[in-house]
Amino acid sequence: MDIFGWLTDPANWSGPGSIPFQAGMHLLYSLIALLVAAVIAVPLGMFIGHTGKGESLIMGSVNAMRALPTLGLLILLVLMIAPVFGSNLAFVIPSLIVLVLLAIPPILSGVASGIRAIDRSVIDAARGMGFSTAQIVWKIEMPCAFPLTLSGVRGATLQIVSTATVAAYVSLDGLGRFIIDGRAANDYAEMAGGALVLAVLAVLLELGFAGLGKLIVSPGLTRRIRVKPSAQIEETETKIMSVARA
Amino acid sequence: MRKKILLAGIAATAALALSACAGGGDPLASDTGDATDSSGAIIVGSADFAESQLLATIYSHALQNAGVEVEEKLNIGSREVYLEALRDGSINLLPEYNGSLLAELGVEMPEDGDVNGALVEALEPEGITVLEDSPAENKDTLVVVPDVAQEHNLTNISDLEPIAGELILAGPAEWKSRYEGVPGLEEVYGLNFAEFKVLDAGGPLTLSALQNGQAQVGDMFSSDPAIGENDLVALVDDQGLFPPANIVPVLRDEVLDDQVSDILNQISAALDTEGLMEMNGRIAAGDDIGAIADDWLAEHGL
Repeated sequence: MDIFGWLTDPANWSGPGSIPFQAGMHLLYSLIALLVAAVIAVPLGMFIGHTGKGESLIMGSVNAMRALPTLGLLILLVLMIAPVFGSNLAFVIPSLIVLVLLAIPPILSGVASGIRAIDRSVIDAARGMGFSTAQIVWKIEMPCAFPLTLSGVRGATLQIVSTATVAAYVSLDGLGRFIIDGRAANDYAEMAGGALVLAVLAVLLELGFAGLGKLIVSPGLTRRIRVKPSAQIEETETKIMSVARA
Repeated sequence: MRKKILLAGIAATAALALSACAGGGDPLASDTGDATDSSGAIIVGSADFAESQLLATIYSHALQNAGVEVEEKLNIGSREVYLEALRDGSINLLPEYNGSLLAELGVEMPEDGDVNGALVEALEPEGITVLEDSPAENKDTLVVVPDVAQEHNLTNISDLEPIAGELILAGPAEWKSRYEGVPGLEEVYGLNFAEFKVLDAGGPLTLSALQNGQAQVGDMFSSDPAIGENDLVALVDDQGLFPPANIVPVLRDEVLDDQVSDILNQISAALDTEGLMEMNGRIAAGDDIGAIADDWLAEHGL
Protein backbone atom coordinates (compact mmCIF):
# COMPACT_ATOMS: atom_id res chain seq x y z
CA MET A 1 0.00 0.00 0.00
CA ASP A 2 1.34 3.46 -0.83
CA ILE A 3 1.32 6.50 1.43
CA PHE A 4 -1.59 8.12 -0.35
CA GLY A 5 -3.54 4.90 -0.03
CA TRP A 6 -2.77 4.76 3.67
CA LEU A 7 -3.72 8.39 4.19
CA THR A 8 -7.00 8.04 2.35
CA ASP A 9 -8.01 4.65 3.72
CA PRO A 10 -11.29 5.32 5.58
CA ALA A 11 -10.31 2.69 8.15
CA ASN A 12 -7.52 5.01 9.25
CA TRP A 13 -9.87 7.92 9.85
CA SER A 14 -12.28 6.65 12.48
CA GLY A 15 -12.23 4.83 15.78
CA PRO A 16 -9.47 4.36 18.33
CA GLY A 17 -6.02 4.24 16.77
CA SER A 18 -7.14 6.30 13.78
CA ILE A 19 -5.30 9.34 12.43
CA PRO A 20 -7.62 11.94 14.08
CA PHE A 21 -7.52 10.04 17.38
CA GLN A 22 -3.72 9.82 17.41
CA ALA A 23 -3.36 13.45 16.27
CA GLY A 24 -5.71 14.47 19.10
CA MET A 25 -3.73 12.49 21.68
CA HIS A 26 -0.53 13.95 20.27
CA LEU A 27 -1.89 17.49 20.65
CA LEU A 28 -3.20 16.74 24.14
CA TYR A 29 0.20 15.55 25.40
CA SER A 30 1.87 18.49 23.64
CA LEU A 31 -0.53 21.02 25.14
CA ILE A 32 -0.13 19.72 28.69
CA ALA A 33 3.67 19.70 28.35
CA LEU A 34 3.63 23.24 26.90
CA LEU A 35 1.44 24.59 29.71
CA VAL A 36 3.58 23.01 32.41
CA ALA A 37 6.74 24.31 30.75
CA ALA A 38 5.26 27.81 30.48
CA VAL A 39 4.21 27.83 34.14
CA ILE A 40 7.81 27.04 35.08
CA ALA A 41 9.71 29.02 32.47
CA VAL A 42 7.77 32.30 32.24
CA PRO A 43 8.09 33.38 35.90
CA LEU A 44 11.72 32.26 35.93
CA GLY A 45 12.40 34.21 32.75
CA MET A 46 10.68 37.29 34.19
CA PHE A 47 12.84 37.05 37.28
CA ILE A 48 16.07 36.72 35.31
CA GLY A 49 15.09 39.39 32.81
CA HIS A 50 13.92 41.90 35.40
CA THR A 51 16.64 41.48 38.00
CA GLY A 52 19.49 40.32 35.81
CA LYS A 53 20.32 37.91 38.62
CA GLY A 54 21.19 34.26 38.17
CA GLU A 55 21.42 34.64 34.43
CA SER A 56 24.52 32.52 33.99
CA LEU A 57 23.51 29.96 36.62
CA ILE A 58 19.89 29.44 35.59
CA MET A 59 20.33 29.88 31.85
CA GLY A 60 23.41 27.68 31.99
CA SER A 61 21.72 24.82 33.78
CA VAL A 62 18.58 25.13 31.69
CA ASN A 63 20.61 25.01 28.52
CA ALA A 64 22.41 21.96 29.82
CA MET A 65 19.01 20.24 29.92
CA ARG A 66 18.82 20.58 26.16
CA ALA A 67 21.73 18.20 25.89
CA LEU A 68 19.92 15.37 27.69
CA PRO A 69 19.15 12.54 25.29
CA THR A 70 15.35 12.45 25.29
CA LEU A 71 14.83 8.76 24.60
CA GLY A 72 17.40 7.59 27.14
CA LEU A 73 15.99 9.91 29.78
CA LEU A 74 12.46 8.71 29.02
CA ILE A 75 13.34 5.05 29.55
CA LEU A 76 15.31 5.86 32.70
CA LEU A 77 12.37 7.84 34.10
CA VAL A 78 9.88 5.09 33.24
CA LEU A 79 12.00 2.51 35.07
CA MET A 80 12.31 4.87 38.04
CA ILE A 81 8.67 5.96 38.19
CA ALA A 82 7.01 2.62 37.33
CA PRO A 83 7.09 1.29 40.92
CA VAL A 84 5.32 4.45 42.14
CA PHE A 85 2.29 4.31 39.86
CA GLY A 86 0.64 1.03 39.02
CA SER A 87 -1.27 2.61 36.17
CA ASN A 88 -0.51 4.21 32.83
CA LEU A 89 0.74 7.26 34.69
CA ALA A 90 4.04 5.40 34.90
CA PHE A 91 4.37 6.09 31.17
CA VAL A 92 2.51 9.40 30.91
CA ILE A 93 4.45 11.30 33.56
CA PRO A 94 7.94 10.45 32.24
CA SER A 95 6.84 11.36 28.71
CA LEU A 96 5.55 14.73 29.92
CA ILE A 97 8.70 15.37 31.92
CA VAL A 98 11.02 14.87 28.95
CA LEU A 99 8.82 17.14 26.81
CA VAL A 100 8.69 19.83 29.50
CA LEU A 101 12.48 19.70 29.80
CA LEU A 102 12.76 20.31 26.08
CA ALA A 103 10.30 23.20 26.16
CA ILE A 104 11.66 25.14 29.12
CA PRO A 105 14.90 26.47 27.54
CA PRO A 106 13.33 28.25 24.52
CA ILE A 107 10.53 29.84 26.58
CA LEU A 108 12.85 30.87 29.37
CA SER A 109 15.40 32.46 27.08
CA GLY A 110 12.62 34.10 25.05
CA VAL A 111 11.15 35.82 28.10
CA ALA A 112 14.49 36.71 29.69
CA SER A 113 16.18 38.04 26.57
CA GLY A 114 12.98 39.82 25.56
CA ILE A 115 13.06 41.77 28.80
CA ARG A 116 16.83 42.32 28.70
CA ALA A 117 16.57 43.72 25.19
CA ILE A 118 14.25 46.57 26.19
CA ASP A 119 15.87 49.97 25.87
CA ARG A 120 16.70 51.04 29.44
CA SER A 121 15.48 54.54 28.66
CA VAL A 122 11.98 53.16 28.19
CA ILE A 123 12.00 51.67 31.68
CA ASP A 124 13.63 54.79 33.15
CA ALA A 125 10.98 56.93 31.54
CA ALA A 126 8.24 54.72 32.94
CA ARG A 127 9.77 54.91 36.38
CA GLY A 128 10.00 58.66 35.98
CA MET A 129 6.31 58.75 35.20
CA GLY A 130 5.63 57.09 38.52
CA PHE A 131 5.24 53.42 37.55
CA SER A 132 5.69 50.95 40.37
CA THR A 133 7.92 47.91 39.90
CA ALA A 134 4.89 45.69 39.40
CA GLN A 135 3.54 48.10 36.80
CA ILE A 136 6.87 48.19 35.02
CA VAL A 137 6.97 44.40 34.87
CA TRP A 138 3.38 43.91 33.73
CA LYS A 139 2.81 47.04 31.64
CA ILE A 140 6.23 47.66 30.11
CA GLU A 141 8.48 44.62 30.28
CA MET A 142 6.05 41.82 29.52
CA PRO A 143 4.36 43.56 26.57
CA CYS A 144 7.71 44.65 25.16
CA ALA A 145 9.14 41.16 25.64
CA PHE A 146 6.06 39.59 24.13
CA PRO A 147 7.37 39.09 20.57
CA LEU A 148 10.43 37.20 21.85
CA THR A 149 8.30 35.33 24.39
CA LEU A 150 5.97 34.27 21.64
CA SER A 151 8.82 33.10 19.45
CA GLY A 152 10.16 31.14 22.43
CA VAL A 153 6.79 29.48 22.92
CA ARG A 154 6.61 28.83 19.19
CA GLY A 155 10.01 27.16 19.21
CA ALA A 156 9.02 25.16 22.28
CA THR A 157 5.78 24.04 20.65
CA LEU A 158 7.55 22.76 17.55
CA GLN A 159 10.10 20.97 19.72
CA ILE A 160 7.35 19.33 21.77
CA VAL A 161 5.14 18.38 18.85
CA SER A 162 7.97 16.80 16.93
CA THR A 163 9.40 15.02 19.98
CA ALA A 164 6.08 13.82 21.44
CA THR A 165 6.48 10.86 19.09
CA VAL A 166 8.74 9.28 21.73
CA ALA A 167 5.68 8.67 23.92
CA ALA A 168 4.86 5.82 21.54
CA TYR A 169 8.11 4.17 22.53
CA VAL A 170 6.67 3.56 26.00
CA SER A 171 3.29 2.29 24.80
CA LEU A 172 1.40 5.60 24.73
CA ASP A 173 -0.74 6.94 21.91
CA GLY A 174 0.12 9.84 19.62
CA LEU A 175 1.41 10.11 16.08
CA GLY A 176 4.58 8.26 17.08
CA ARG A 177 2.43 5.10 17.18
CA PHE A 178 2.30 5.06 13.35
CA ILE A 179 6.04 5.60 13.06
CA ILE A 180 7.04 2.93 15.59
CA ASP A 181 4.40 0.35 14.65
CA GLY A 182 4.96 0.99 10.95
CA ARG A 183 8.67 0.44 11.32
CA ALA A 184 8.26 -2.74 13.36
CA ALA A 185 5.92 -4.21 10.75
CA ASN A 186 8.09 -2.92 7.88
CA ASP A 187 5.04 -0.95 6.70
CA TYR A 188 6.56 2.04 4.97
CA ALA A 189 3.21 3.61 4.06
CA GLU A 190 2.10 3.76 7.69
CA MET A 191 5.43 5.08 8.87
CA ALA A 192 5.73 7.80 6.24
CA GLY A 193 2.02 8.60 6.45
CA GLY A 194 2.33 9.15 10.20
CA ALA A 195 5.39 11.34 9.71
CA LEU A 196 3.58 13.35 7.06
CA VAL A 197 0.57 13.96 9.32
CA LEU A 198 3.00 15.09 12.01
CA ALA A 199 4.73 17.49 9.60
CA VAL A 200 1.38 18.96 8.54
CA LEU A 201 0.42 19.40 12.18
CA ALA A 202 3.70 21.23 12.87
CA VAL A 203 3.22 23.54 9.88
CA LEU A 204 -0.36 24.32 10.94
CA LEU A 205 0.81 25.21 14.44
CA GLU A 206 3.56 27.37 12.95
CA LEU A 207 0.98 29.24 10.88
CA GLY A 208 -1.22 29.56 13.96
CA PHE A 209 1.59 31.18 15.90
CA ALA A 210 2.41 33.54 13.03
CA GLY A 211 -1.24 34.64 12.99
CA LEU A 212 -1.35 34.94 16.76
CA GLY A 213 1.74 37.16 16.69
CA LYS A 214 0.08 39.49 14.21
CA LEU A 215 -3.04 39.71 16.35
CA ILE A 216 -1.67 40.36 19.77
CA VAL A 217 1.79 41.90 19.57
CA SER A 218 1.48 45.60 20.37
CA PRO A 219 1.54 47.58 17.08
CA GLY A 220 4.06 49.96 18.60
CA LEU A 221 6.62 47.15 18.70
CA THR A 222 6.26 45.90 15.17
CA ARG A 223 6.90 49.23 13.42
CA ARG A 224 3.81 48.63 11.40
CA ILE A 225 2.65 52.15 12.38
CA ARG A 226 3.78 54.67 9.81
CA VAL A 227 5.86 57.49 11.24
CA LYS A 228 6.67 60.72 9.46
CA PRO A 229 10.37 60.55 8.50
CA SER A 230 11.02 63.99 9.96
CA ALA A 231 9.72 63.05 13.37
CA GLN A 232 12.46 60.81 14.78
CA ILE A 233 12.11 62.10 18.31
CA GLU A 234 8.36 61.90 18.07
CA GLU A 235 8.70 58.23 17.12
CA THR A 236 10.53 57.41 20.30
CA GLU A 237 7.92 59.34 22.23
CA THR A 238 5.07 57.53 20.52
CA LYS A 239 6.71 54.26 21.34
CA ILE A 240 7.05 55.05 25.01
CA MET A 241 3.54 56.41 25.21
CA SER A 242 1.96 53.54 23.37
CA VAL A 243 3.79 51.11 25.58
CA ALA A 244 2.89 53.05 28.69
CA ARG A 245 -0.73 53.07 27.65
CA ALA A 246 -0.85 49.47 26.64
CA MET B 1 7.79 40.90 3.21
CA ARG B 2 8.15 38.66 6.25
CA LYS B 3 4.84 37.08 5.45
CA LYS B 4 6.02 36.30 1.93
CA ILE B 5 9.21 34.73 3.17
CA LEU B 6 7.28 32.68 5.70
CA LEU B 7 4.78 31.48 3.14
CA ALA B 8 7.51 30.68 0.65
CA GLY B 9 9.35 28.78 3.34
CA ILE B 10 6.29 26.76 4.24
CA ALA B 11 5.52 26.08 0.61
CA ALA B 12 9.09 24.93 0.01
CA THR B 13 9.04 22.66 3.05
CA ALA B 14 5.71 21.19 2.05
CA ALA B 15 6.88 20.65 -1.52
CA LEU B 16 10.03 18.96 -0.27
CA ALA B 17 8.08 16.72 2.08
CA LEU B 18 5.60 15.79 -0.61
CA SER B 19 8.16 15.14 -3.31
CA ALA B 20 10.14 13.01 -0.89
CA CYS B 21 7.05 10.93 -0.32
CA ALA B 22 5.44 11.04 -3.72
CA GLY B 23 8.65 9.87 -5.36
CA GLY B 24 6.98 6.50 -5.23
CA GLY B 25 10.10 4.75 -4.04
CA ASP B 26 9.66 2.74 -0.90
CA PRO B 27 13.00 3.09 0.86
CA LEU B 28 12.17 0.05 2.97
CA ALA B 29 11.54 -2.15 -0.04
CA SER B 30 14.30 -4.45 -1.08
CA ASP B 31 16.13 -3.66 -4.29
CA THR B 32 17.95 -6.90 -4.82
CA GLY B 33 21.54 -6.74 -5.83
CA ASP B 34 22.18 -3.00 -5.92
CA ALA B 35 23.57 -2.59 -2.46
CA THR B 36 25.49 -5.84 -2.35
CA ASP B 37 28.99 -5.18 -1.21
CA SER B 38 31.39 -6.46 -3.81
CA SER B 39 34.45 -6.16 -1.59
CA GLY B 40 33.45 -9.40 0.13
CA ALA B 41 33.66 -7.93 3.63
CA ILE B 42 31.28 -9.50 6.09
CA ILE B 43 28.64 -7.11 7.39
CA VAL B 44 27.02 -8.62 10.43
CA GLY B 45 23.61 -7.32 11.49
CA SER B 46 21.33 -8.01 14.42
CA ALA B 47 17.81 -7.47 15.71
CA ASP B 48 16.97 -4.73 18.18
CA PHE B 49 17.21 -6.72 21.39
CA ALA B 50 20.22 -7.46 23.52
CA GLU B 51 20.60 -11.21 22.93
CA SER B 52 20.65 -10.79 19.16
CA GLN B 53 23.30 -8.09 19.47
CA LEU B 54 25.33 -10.37 21.72
CA LEU B 55 25.19 -13.26 19.25
CA ALA B 56 26.10 -10.96 16.37
CA THR B 57 29.02 -9.64 18.40
CA ILE B 58 30.18 -13.20 19.10
CA TYR B 59 30.10 -13.96 15.35
CA SER B 60 31.88 -10.72 14.58
CA HIS B 61 34.65 -11.10 17.14
CA ALA B 62 35.27 -14.77 16.32
CA LEU B 63 35.64 -13.94 12.63
CA GLN B 64 37.89 -10.98 13.40
CA ASN B 65 40.04 -13.19 15.65
CA ALA B 66 40.54 -15.41 12.61
CA GLY B 67 41.57 -12.42 10.51
CA VAL B 68 38.33 -11.95 8.58
CA GLU B 69 37.30 -8.38 7.84
CA VAL B 70 33.99 -7.65 9.56
CA GLU B 71 31.74 -4.62 9.79
CA GLU B 72 29.02 -4.45 12.45
CA LYS B 73 25.55 -3.02 11.84
CA LEU B 74 23.74 -4.04 14.99
CA ASN B 75 20.39 -3.13 16.50
CA ILE B 76 18.59 -2.86 13.17
CA GLY B 77 14.99 -3.59 14.14
CA SER B 78 12.40 -6.33 14.02
CA ARG B 79 12.65 -9.46 11.84
CA GLU B 80 10.38 -7.76 9.31
CA VAL B 81 13.01 -5.05 8.88
CA TYR B 82 16.36 -6.84 9.09
CA LEU B 83 15.33 -9.60 6.70
CA GLU B 84 14.90 -6.93 4.02
CA ALA B 85 18.38 -5.66 4.87
CA LEU B 86 19.73 -9.19 4.40
CA ARG B 87 17.88 -9.56 1.11
CA ASP B 88 19.24 -6.31 -0.36
CA GLY B 89 22.76 -7.06 0.87
CA SER B 90 23.15 -4.15 3.27
CA ILE B 91 24.00 -6.87 5.77
CA ASN B 92 25.16 -10.36 4.88
CA LEU B 93 25.36 -12.26 8.16
CA LEU B 94 23.07 -12.39 11.17
CA PRO B 95 22.09 -14.63 14.05
CA GLU B 96 18.57 -16.02 13.71
CA TYR B 97 16.11 -18.26 15.48
CA ASN B 98 15.30 -21.05 13.05
CA GLY B 99 11.59 -21.69 13.73
CA SER B 100 10.74 -18.00 13.97
CA LEU B 101 12.53 -17.32 10.70
CA LEU B 102 10.66 -20.15 9.00
CA ALA B 103 7.35 -18.76 10.27
CA GLU B 104 8.25 -15.29 8.99
CA LEU B 105 9.01 -16.77 5.55
CA GLY B 106 5.49 -18.24 5.59
CA VAL B 107 6.71 -21.84 5.36
CA GLU B 108 4.80 -24.59 7.20
CA MET B 109 6.67 -26.30 10.00
CA PRO B 110 8.04 -29.55 8.44
CA GLU B 111 6.46 -32.82 9.63
CA ASP B 112 9.85 -34.42 10.25
CA GLY B 113 10.94 -31.51 12.46
CA ASP B 114 13.91 -30.66 10.24
CA VAL B 115 13.52 -26.90 10.58
CA ASN B 116 16.97 -26.15 9.21
CA GLY B 117 16.41 -28.28 6.13
CA ALA B 118 13.20 -26.38 5.41
CA LEU B 119 15.00 -23.09 5.89
CA VAL B 120 17.81 -24.01 3.51
CA GLU B 121 15.25 -24.97 0.88
CA ALA B 122 13.19 -21.79 1.35
CA LEU B 123 16.13 -19.39 1.27
CA GLU B 124 18.28 -21.01 -1.44
CA PRO B 125 16.59 -19.18 -4.35
CA GLU B 126 17.33 -15.87 -2.61
CA GLY B 127 21.07 -16.60 -2.41
CA ILE B 128 20.91 -17.01 1.36
CA THR B 129 22.39 -19.90 3.32
CA VAL B 130 21.60 -21.25 6.75
CA LEU B 131 24.40 -23.00 8.65
CA GLU B 132 24.10 -25.60 11.41
CA ASP B 133 21.76 -24.79 14.26
CA SER B 134 22.85 -24.59 17.85
CA PRO B 135 21.35 -26.54 20.75
CA ALA B 136 20.87 -23.13 22.38
CA GLU B 137 17.26 -22.11 22.15
CA ASN B 138 15.35 -18.96 22.85
CA LYS B 139 11.69 -18.69 22.04
CA ASP B 140 9.03 -16.13 22.73
CA THR B 141 7.35 -17.01 25.99
CA LEU B 142 4.26 -15.58 27.57
CA VAL B 143 4.95 -14.87 31.21
CA VAL B 144 2.57 -13.78 33.93
CA VAL B 145 3.22 -12.26 37.31
CA PRO B 146 3.06 -14.75 40.22
CA ASP B 147 -0.08 -13.18 41.75
CA VAL B 148 -2.12 -13.66 38.61
CA ALA B 149 -0.73 -17.17 38.09
CA GLN B 150 -1.68 -18.25 41.61
CA GLU B 151 -5.06 -16.57 41.66
CA HIS B 152 -6.19 -18.17 38.41
CA ASN B 153 -4.10 -21.31 38.66
CA LEU B 154 -2.28 -20.74 35.35
CA THR B 155 0.17 -23.17 33.80
CA ASN B 156 -0.70 -23.15 30.09
CA ILE B 157 -1.39 -20.28 27.73
CA SER B 158 -4.88 -21.72 27.13
CA ASP B 159 -5.66 -21.24 30.85
CA LEU B 160 -5.68 -17.51 30.16
CA GLU B 161 -8.79 -17.69 28.00
CA PRO B 162 -11.50 -16.93 30.61
CA ILE B 163 -9.60 -14.03 32.15
CA ALA B 164 -7.77 -12.49 29.18
CA GLY B 165 -10.36 -9.71 28.96
CA GLU B 166 -9.21 -8.37 32.33
CA LEU B 167 -5.49 -8.52 31.57
CA ILE B 168 -3.08 -6.21 29.77
CA LEU B 169 -0.55 -7.83 27.44
CA ALA B 170 2.87 -6.22 26.88
CA GLY B 171 5.09 -6.97 23.91
CA PRO B 172 7.05 -5.48 21.01
CA ALA B 173 5.35 -3.38 18.31
CA GLU B 174 5.70 -6.11 15.66
CA TRP B 175 3.38 -8.32 17.74
CA LYS B 176 0.46 -6.17 16.61
CA SER B 177 0.64 -7.59 13.13
CA ARG B 178 2.89 -10.66 13.41
CA TYR B 179 1.01 -13.97 13.52
CA GLU B 180 3.19 -15.30 16.35
CA GLY B 181 1.89 -12.38 18.38
CA VAL B 182 -1.48 -10.80 19.05
CA PRO B 183 -3.26 -12.22 15.94
CA GLY B 184 -2.07 -15.77 16.68
CA LEU B 185 -2.96 -15.57 20.36
CA GLU B 186 -6.43 -14.54 19.31
CA GLU B 187 -6.81 -17.14 16.57
CA VAL B 188 -5.13 -20.15 18.19
CA TYR B 189 -6.01 -19.55 21.83
CA GLY B 190 -9.04 -17.26 21.53
CA LEU B 191 -7.35 -14.68 23.74
CA ASN B 192 -8.73 -11.14 23.59
CA PHE B 193 -6.71 -9.08 26.02
CA ALA B 194 -8.10 -5.87 27.53
CA GLU B 195 -5.24 -4.00 25.91
CA PHE B 196 -2.00 -4.65 24.05
CA LYS B 197 0.70 -2.35 25.31
CA VAL B 198 3.58 -1.81 22.93
CA LEU B 199 6.83 -1.88 24.87
CA ASP B 200 10.07 -3.64 24.01
CA ALA B 201 11.02 -7.14 22.87
CA GLY B 202 11.49 -8.86 26.23
CA GLY B 203 13.52 -5.94 27.50
CA PRO B 204 13.66 -3.82 30.66
CA LEU B 205 10.43 -1.93 29.92
CA THR B 206 8.37 -5.14 29.64
CA LEU B 207 9.91 -6.52 32.82
CA SER B 208 9.28 -3.26 34.67
CA ALA B 209 5.66 -3.11 33.48
CA LEU B 210 5.06 -6.68 34.67
CA GLN B 211 6.65 -6.10 38.05
CA ASN B 212 4.86 -2.83 38.65
CA GLY B 213 1.40 -3.73 37.45
CA GLN B 214 1.16 -1.76 34.20
CA ALA B 215 0.76 -5.13 32.47
CA GLN B 216 -0.04 -8.63 33.73
CA VAL B 217 1.05 -10.78 30.79
CA GLY B 218 4.22 -10.12 28.83
CA ASP B 219 6.34 -11.44 25.98
CA MET B 220 9.73 -12.42 27.27
CA PHE B 221 12.50 -14.66 26.00
CA SER B 222 12.85 -18.19 27.35
CA SER B 223 16.62 -17.65 27.62
CA ASP B 224 16.17 -14.61 29.87
CA PRO B 225 17.25 -15.41 33.45
CA ALA B 226 15.07 -12.50 34.65
CA ILE B 227 12.03 -14.81 34.37
CA GLY B 228 13.32 -17.08 37.12
CA GLU B 229 14.92 -14.34 39.17
CA ASN B 230 11.65 -12.46 39.43
CA ASP B 231 9.47 -15.55 39.98
CA LEU B 232 7.56 -14.84 36.80
CA VAL B 233 5.59 -17.83 35.55
CA ALA B 234 6.37 -18.90 31.99
CA LEU B 235 3.19 -20.34 30.52
CA VAL B 236 3.39 -23.52 28.47
CA ASP B 237 2.61 -22.97 24.80
CA ASP B 238 0.22 -25.94 24.75
CA GLN B 239 -1.15 -25.25 21.27
CA GLY B 240 2.31 -24.66 19.77
CA LEU B 241 1.86 -21.10 18.55
CA PHE B 242 5.47 -20.14 19.04
CA PRO B 243 7.80 -22.19 16.86
CA PRO B 244 10.96 -23.87 18.17
CA ALA B 245 13.74 -21.32 17.97
CA ASN B 246 17.28 -22.65 17.92
CA ILE B 247 20.00 -20.17 17.14
CA VAL B 248 21.37 -20.40 13.64
CA PRO B 249 23.73 -18.22 11.57
CA VAL B 250 22.14 -16.94 8.36
CA LEU B 251 24.36 -15.50 5.65
CA ARG B 252 24.45 -14.50 2.01
CA ASP B 253 26.19 -16.89 -0.41
CA GLU B 254 28.66 -14.18 -1.51
CA VAL B 255 30.44 -14.23 1.85
CA LEU B 256 30.24 -17.97 2.45
CA ASP B 257 33.54 -19.84 2.44
CA ASP B 258 34.97 -22.80 4.39
CA GLN B 259 36.72 -20.64 6.96
CA VAL B 260 33.60 -18.60 7.73
CA SER B 261 31.28 -21.60 7.90
CA ASP B 262 33.78 -23.50 10.09
CA ILE B 263 33.96 -20.68 12.62
CA LEU B 264 30.21 -20.12 12.72
CA ASN B 265 29.47 -23.84 13.01
CA GLN B 266 31.95 -24.12 15.89
CA ILE B 267 30.13 -21.29 17.66
CA SER B 268 26.76 -22.97 17.13
CA ALA B 269 28.11 -26.26 18.48
CA ALA B 270 29.64 -24.63 21.59
CA LEU B 271 26.63 -22.49 22.45
CA ASP B 272 23.99 -23.90 24.76
CA THR B 273 20.91 -22.46 26.45
CA GLU B 274 22.56 -22.32 29.91
CA GLY B 275 25.52 -20.37 28.53
CA LEU B 276 23.14 -18.05 26.76
CA MET B 277 21.15 -17.43 29.94
CA GLU B 278 24.31 -16.71 31.84
CA MET B 279 25.39 -14.15 29.25
CA ASN B 280 21.91 -12.58 29.21
CA GLY B 281 22.20 -12.25 32.97
CA ARG B 282 25.45 -10.35 32.55
CA ILE B 283 23.84 -8.05 29.97
CA ALA B 284 21.00 -7.30 32.40
CA ALA B 285 23.60 -6.52 35.07
CA GLY B 286 25.04 -3.88 32.76
CA ASP B 287 28.16 -5.63 31.45
CA ASP B 288 29.54 -4.58 28.08
CA ILE B 289 28.30 -6.84 25.27
CA GLY B 290 31.71 -6.87 23.58
CA ALA B 291 33.41 -8.00 26.80
CA ILE B 292 30.81 -10.74 27.38
CA ALA B 293 31.31 -12.00 23.83
CA ASP B 294 35.10 -12.01 24.22
CA ASP B 295 34.89 -13.87 27.53
CA TRP B 296 32.67 -16.55 26.02
CA LEU B 297 34.92 -16.93 22.97
CA ALA B 298 38.01 -17.23 25.17
CA GLU B 299 36.31 -19.80 27.38
CA HIS B 300 35.52 -21.95 24.34
CA GLY B 301 38.87 -21.46 22.64
CA LEU B 302 37.52 -19.49 19.71
